[in-house]
Amino acid sequence: MALSRLASSSSRSADLLKPLCSAISLRRPISTDTTPITVETSVPFTSHQCDTPSRSVQTNAKELFTFFRDMALMRRMEIAADSLYKAKLIRGFCHLYDGQEAVAVGMEAAITKKDCIITAYRDHCTFVSRGGTLLEVFAELMGRQAGCSRGKGGSMHFYKKDSNFYGGHGIVGAQVPLGCGLAFAQKYSKDEAVTFALYGDGAANQGQLFEALNISALWDLPAILVCENNHYGMGTAEWRAAKSPAYYKRGDYAPGLKVDGMDAFAVKQACTFAKEHALKNGPIILEMDTYRYHGHSMSDPGSTYRTRDEITGVRQERDPVERIRKLILSHDLATEKELKDIEKEIRKEVDDAIAQAKENPLPESSELFTNVYAKGLGVESFGADRKEVRAILP
Amino acid sequence: MAATFHGVGATVAALSSSSSSSSPSNSFGSKKLLSSPSRSFSVRKRASFTMVRSEGSMNFDLNSKGRRAQQLIANAVATKADSSPASSSSKPGHELLLFEALREGLEEEMERDPRVCVMGEDVGHYGGSYKVTKGLATKFGDLRVLDTPIAENSFTGMGIGAAMTGLRPVVEGMNMGFLLLAFNQISNNCGMLHYTSGGQFTIPIVIRGPGGVGRQLGAEHSQRLESYFQSIPGIQMVACSTPYNAKGLMKAAIRSENPVILFEHVLLYNLKERIPDEDYICNLEEAEMVRPGEHVTILTYSRMRYHVMQAAKTLVNKGYDPEVIDIRSLKPFDLYTIGNSVKKTHRVLIVEECMRTGGIGASLIAAITENFNDYLDAPIMCLSSQDVPTPYAGTLEEWTVVQPAQIVAAVEQLCQ
Repeated sequence: MALSRLASSSSRSADLLKPLCSAISLRRPISTDTTPITVETSVPFTSHQCDTPSRSVQTNAKELFTFFRDMALMRRMEIAADSLYKAKLIRGFCHLYDGQEAVAVGMEAAITKKDCIITAYRDHCTFVSRGGTLLEVFAELMGRQAGCSRGKGGSMHFYKKDSNFYGGHGIVGAQVPLGCGLAFAQKYSKDEAVTFALYGDGAANQGQLFEALNISALWDLPAILVCENNHYGMGTAEWRAAKSPAYYKRGDYAPGLKVDGMDAFAVKQACTFAKEHALKNGPIILEMDTYRYHGHSMSDPGSTYRTRDEITGVRQERDPVERIRKLILSHDLATEKELKDIEKEIRKEVDDAIAQAKENPLPESSELFTNVYAKGLGVESFGADRKEVRAILP
Repeated sequence: MAATFHGVGATVAALSSSSSSSSPSNSFGSKKLLSSPSRSFSVRKRASFTMVRSEGSMNFDLNSKGRRAQQLIANAVATKADSSPASSSSKPGHELLLFEALREGLEEEMERDPRVCVMGEDVGHYGGSYKVTKGLATKFGDLRVLDTPIAENSFTGMGIGAAMTGLRPVVEGMNMGFLLLAFNQISNNCGMLHYTSGGQFTIPIVIRGPGGVGRQLGAEHSQRLESYFQSIPGIQMVACSTPYNAKGLMKAAIRSENPVILFEHVLLYNLKERIPDEDYICNLEEAEMVRPGEHVTILTYSRMRYHVMQAAKTLVNKGYDPEVIDIRSLKPFDLYTIGNSVKKTHRVLIVEECMRTGGIGASLIAAITENFNDYLDAPIMCLSSQDVPTPYAGTLEEWTVVQPAQIVAAVEQLCQ
């Protein structure tokens, strides 16, 4: 393929690229090109009690393709989960993240695995961005043994300790004090790492959040509170639930930054900025202005409290995957067809993972009693009829 | 087969209104109104509804009143309304689902008393996550059906504060598990203020919401809060299980001067039943006799009632005659009804959804043993959920909760 470079759009030298082009030739364009590209965020940042980071973000082709691939994968995964739910393979609660992928992907790009992330129940994509596999996701959603929580947690309880992903929490707002606790542990152990505690606009009105923020500010903890503002707390719009929907300002004494959450580069820039800030100065609040296409959960159609026009409008103008696609195309890093091929590959990957997860067995009945306590206390659990299932909690 | 509602004599005076006795025509294929005015010690006719009380001590006589022959018929399962033989549109009452019954009760009370208001998450414009409050916001306005932010501790506290002045809020927890965030308010303020103020403040609040183990909702959303709340002095707890008692208990709870926690169950919202058109309430402290019997007393409440009735079908086929009582009132227990039953059958099985440790069953065992130990022929058996967080996987979740087969096995063991 011939990659024609427009010199005006970047500062790279065409000479460097020509050998690469010929090497890649007819293959798909997973470019390993790391020559810097500068992109502008969609809107400037607004801040509260701090400086704003620059609108210009350094990236490169490799990162662009990574972003595209990851977000397309997440999108595909969530839509597949939707179908699985309707086929009753996933039961209970299922909260989908499509539309908000840029937050997960942008954040991950700015940090390392030593930094901690904790979020609420809309956690499938955050889990994947922290290194979770599709099989673990689908197996957990279907309650199988290969799931990340061995089938015992479900959609709202994904965790990955080895990459410092702390879940996965069902009770609104309860994860924020946990997140500040993670930050405390990081400071205590001198990790030089930060914690991102994610919550939604609905959770922003929980008292425990402000309590945790107060303590974090007093103790100078490297906690970054990230409000994923998708403008609806289940069925209640933000203006009906919050007197001040400027969530980035709600920290009062804690500085805040408002970010376009549909722009992965803005998210990346903000997270880099926040990490630097938190390590030196204590907690900071990031408000990610984002949007979810699905309803709150699978039992919510998502159209009783907002219009379909609004949803399609956002999808047309601000969709995160489309933005990256346009960036890639405008920088001539790939053709439409190549991107479509990537998406096809992703689709196949997701389908394979689902098939594999379907084959996976359900947990053994003895699993009911494992992991109640960390170390056996010899506590006996009686079966309902006193004859069977009499177990000693291991 | 008709269901009896036992009058609990002593508590009549304590309540401003007593329960009516009209058996729901769903389960048992026939509708009999238990009325023996000559025997009842209090028959009051109010403007809007008739109450018939049957005196408690007449219980045995009523039981023997010719229904015994029918008791052994295997028609013990709580089936839907279509099981009645004489079904036709001329049947009195109207058919609805449990969540609609709750809504009807709520609506009627809101019309009756302007001090009744509802507060909770997404109860207003959204209509309620289980549709219990659907349409109420349009009818009564934003000041009476309040959409709160997600801040359970504060809005429960605010409800209690409003109740201190005389308003009658109905606070909804979208899931009972969320009320854990409001535990301090419920325990200290709701339960104790009447006492610590020397009687100056009453808290006529109703706290309601769905709880219990649903269909793979995960550990945090499958909690049984009745076991955590039962120790709080000063509150009353009731659990509804049919559309009939759902509406009755909702209305009684709203009219009560005491704080009442009404436990609904996530899986019972779509039960259908034909309920009376006229105004009625259910006594808050009363248990419901679901199926009179002779061999064993099975005490249960909420969703487990249906597992018990399913097991009862099998048991009857095997020749047993279980007496099934839906205790309904979780705090205080209706020891009168329960005691009478124990005195008759001498064997008790408790089937509950709470966990083994510290659940309603545990307290019930203690209460029965203390009071009726001499009448027991066998140790009380209690089937409860496992002492584990509710797992997500369907098979594991099934193992967590009591299943009908286990109930049958337990009765067989008990009746040896």
